[in-house]
Amino acid sequence: MSDKHPPKHAAEEGSSKAHRAAPAAEETAAVVSVDTAGGAMEPSAVPATAQSGQLPGGPDTLLRKIFTGSGMVSVLAVLLALIIGGLLIASTDKQVATTSTYIFARPTDFLAAVWNAVTRSYIALFQGSVFNPRGNSVAAQFAPFMETLTIATPLITAGLGVALAFRAGLFNIGAQGQIIVAGILAAWVGFALHLPLGLHLLLVLVAGVIGGAFWGGLVGLLKARTGAHEVILTIMFNYIALYFLRYLLNTPAFQRPGETNPISPILDPTAVYPQIFGTQYRLHLGFLLAIAATVLVWWLLNRSTVGFEFRAVGANPKAAQTAGINVSRSTILVMAIAGGLAGMSGVAQVAGTEKVLTDGVAATYGFDAITVALLGRSTPWGTFAAGLLFGAFRAGAVQMQIQTGTPIDIVLVVQSLIVLFIAAPPLVRAVFGLNPRRKKPARAAKFRQAATTGGAA
Amino acid sequence: MVRVLKLELRGITKRFGTLLANDHIDVVVEPGQIHCLLGENGAGKSTLMNVLYGLYEPSEGEILIDDKAVAFRGPGDAMAAGIGMVHQHFMLVPVFSVAENVALGAEPTKAAGFLNLEETRRRIKEISDQYGFDVDPDALVEDLPVGVQQRVEIIKALVRNAKVLILDEPTAVLTPQETDELLDIMRQLKAGGTSIVFISHKLREVKEVSDTITVIRRGKVVGTADPAAPTAELASMMVGRAVSLTLDKAPAQPKEKTFEVRDLTVIASNGQHVVDGLSFDIARGEILAVAGVQGNGQTELTEAILGLQDRVSGSIRLDGKELLGRSVKEVLHAGVGFVPEDRKVDGLVGTFSVAENLVLDLYDKPPFAKGISMSPAKILENAKARIGEFDVRTPSAAAAAGTLSGGNQQKVVMARELSRPLRLFIASQPTRGVDVGSIEFLHRRIVAERDQGTPVMIISTELDEVMELADRIAVIYKGKLVGIVPGGTSRDVLGLMMAGIPPEEHAHTTGQAPAAATASTSDAEGNDHV
Repeated sequence: MSDKHPPKHAAEEGSSKAHRAAPAAEETAAVVSVDTAGGAMEPSAVPATAQSGQLPGGPDTLLRKIFTGSGMVSVLAVLLALIIGGLLIASTDKQVATTSTYIFARPTDFLAAVWNAVTRSYIALFQGSVFNPRGNSVAAQFAPFMETLTIATPLITAGLGVALAFRAGLFNIGAQGQIIVAGILAAWVGFALHLPLGLHLLLVLVAGVIGGAFWGGLVGLLKARTGAHEVILTIMFNYIALYFLRYLLNTPAFQRPGETNPISPILDPTAVYPQIFGTQYRLHLGFLLAIAATVLVWWLLNRSTVGFEFRAVGANPKAAQTAGINVSRSTILVMAIAGGLAGMSGVAQVAGTEKVLTDGVAATYGFDAITVALLGRSTPWGTFAAGLLFGAFRAGAVQMQIQTGTPIDIVLVVQSLIVLFIAAPPLVRAVFGLNPRRKKPARAAKFRQAATTGGAA
Repeated sequence: MVRVLKLELRGITKRFGTLLANDHIDVVVEPGQIHCLLGENGAGKSTLMNVLYGLYEPSEGEILIDDKAVAFRGPGDAMAAGIGMVHQHFMLVPVFSVAENVALGAEPTKAAGFLNLEETRRRIKEISDQYGFDVDPDALVEDLPVGVQQRVEIIKALVRNAKVLILDEPTAVLTPQETDELLDIMRQLKAGGTSIVFISHKLREVKEVSDTITVIRRGKVVGTADPAAPTAELASMMVGRAVSLTLDKAPAQPKEKTFEVRDLTVIASNGQHVVDGLSFDIARGEILAVAGVQGNGQTELTEAILGLQDRVSGSIRLDGKELLGRSVKEVLHAGVGFVPEDRKVDGLVGTFSVAENLVLDLYDKPPFAKGISMSPAKILENAKARIGEFDVRTPSAAAAAGTLSGGNQQKVVMARELSRPLRLFIASQPTRGVDVGSIEFLHRRIVAERDQGTPVMIISTELDEVMELADRIAVIYKGKLVGIVPGGTSRDVLGLMMAGIPPEEHAHTTGQAPAAATASTSDAEGNDHV
């Protein structure tokens, strides 16, 4: 370590450096304490991470940490995002604005208004996504929850695609394109072919999954053969898929006869997912398939040789290669499977909720899937849970706007904040005072104060 | 040097969480002494020095300079107080010149903030002349040999008026000759009034150069020793039990030659011939050690055998079958066990459990997998057996391999590779960063594999290890074979061979070598085997 100033200034410089060095040292301490197994082993005085310049896990360690860090940070990030979202809600509330004009005269009025605005909005969000006590029947009371599950379905399967690829060290931004290609194929099989019940739907599903797998696998193939970076490839493949879809929707093969808008014919009734709880809810068979996909991905990752290879390649490609694992093959295979999972989302859209193919078939599911995988720490069940949460946000946001006038966009802000906080675990831990280093109370208080005033202003 | 400085560490304690890395350590470095901190890897030497250098804050205890307590908040404070440190891994900018590197961090400037390197150049010349460093201030660091780079680090400290120089495992990266030169430099620095704290676990060097030895074990000072004490005594103090420093190894019983390498050439991506026309064979029941300074083609040689290199020509035959052009998996199937030189990068997946790492190249074979379905129970069973057999110190089979100490990580890799029937065993740096106790164990396992009739190839940059294990020694330099000599060949000859001089030219060269260097090398010879 070299000093940036001549030695005479070294004292001041040194003190600030010590502050910066301390947390790092304390963090490695946690690693070391594992090392000794509570004294069962001979202690190694130098943290394993300090013994060598190279951290295990390859070059993209930071990204890995963000994607696979502790679940605690996920929970706290959601909480923190909701708090800040609440402050934003309050800042747009009329009552809050009115009371703020005489905030010094009667601060309690102001605080009450803030509390009211926030709780009303979040209660509406909850009622719109989980349980609505004002429903006329039990069925109506649970309708919001069914809607949550419906919206969660494509998020879960696409999220699994992103998560699985990430476990193999690949950043799959291409769920959007994979959903679109799957949607194209599934929809075409659904409206162009006329087959018996059962077989038709099966073929729709297979076509969609193969479409997604093809689109994802192509990225894997290009990466394995040419070394092209998967992030660039998947982003470009998203555009190709989207504009190809728009082109197709203006061709006779795809455009609904007699229609000038870019929209396909409606899928045959034999080609759509049956609704699980009858026609009163939109919830369809795709949700059960999403659960099955989650189980399958869990098994694949944790109990199969293929998943072992994926994980080894993702965690340390050099060691995997040295152990005889074919890294290229893993890359192609994992991208194909990831594409297939995203493809299931495409099928859920065309055969589950939309029943037609438009250029909005993927909505923003492919991109939200990245957030879902991130929040779920790239574990199958974590992704599942994160998918449900985002489904709930989406479902509840509509109700929130109707009941309280809070714009739907606030939910997008909350979602974005979640990503932001997950990407900065030290920030989250600092806010909640969870850093291994003892927090200085003064600083923590200052931070909270700043957040509060900033939100209300 | 005008000011000499007495340095005292009193009751230094450093805790990492519940781990006690340094436990009330007292060390007094008298002015103008070479004070050695002797201890195994992970004993707490480096932690102690990082505390002294201001990188860690001590949990307890104080640092005294000339009997006055000081508190260092960072390396800047330590430097200002006259303490300089040369890290094991150099902190140099490769594309900068020597002068730029030395100036870095305390750049002298002219008016308007322009860099004034003249002063730095002058100081470097001055120091270089005083100690015979032979360092050109305008050379680019990346063009310099490792030994000279190390001198640049020392100059960096001296330019900042260091009175106490901390050298952290300075010889780990040097050839035997460079090591002798460094020891010489240390003596000169001492004569010039600079105290040196010399951190090492290599007994030969420690005995040769130290005035005082403080032995540290498990974070505690276990005693001080006289450099004249027998090597075995120092070793047992360091490890905490009697260790046999020499391996009880029966003479090799070489059988038929089953592994043949012919005209092996590996071309790197920059077109360089990193392995250049190597030919050798290994017989069953024999250990061939490949010696050489790091970076002379050893890595590429092993990678070529394993099938990890693309541009390879020549022939590699095992049991009469060509290995060249086959995939890694096929090579492993042919019965090659491979311990890579850098376990963290190539040997282990740090985030995987110990159990998973123990089947890293066996995961898809019965009994660990049926089809693509793996059997966690069998993997765990295997892990328990290997952990017991190799005495791997791990909290559990499910612990992440990256959290184990270096020696235990190495045991995991060795346990995995030796857990199946082998036709060839290749171990690269089998004991790098491993403590003395584990070295003994790992060496015995390697010899046991030889005695089972496996051809064994050891690649090591540690001459001690080469001499310990080898039945024959192949020395390579710049990718070419300098020669193959019998196991008992002296350090002198091997050292020169490692510098690229074939044995037949030696008489000629040693005649010209400086008398001091030759003398110290022969001293070393005497102390090495106890």
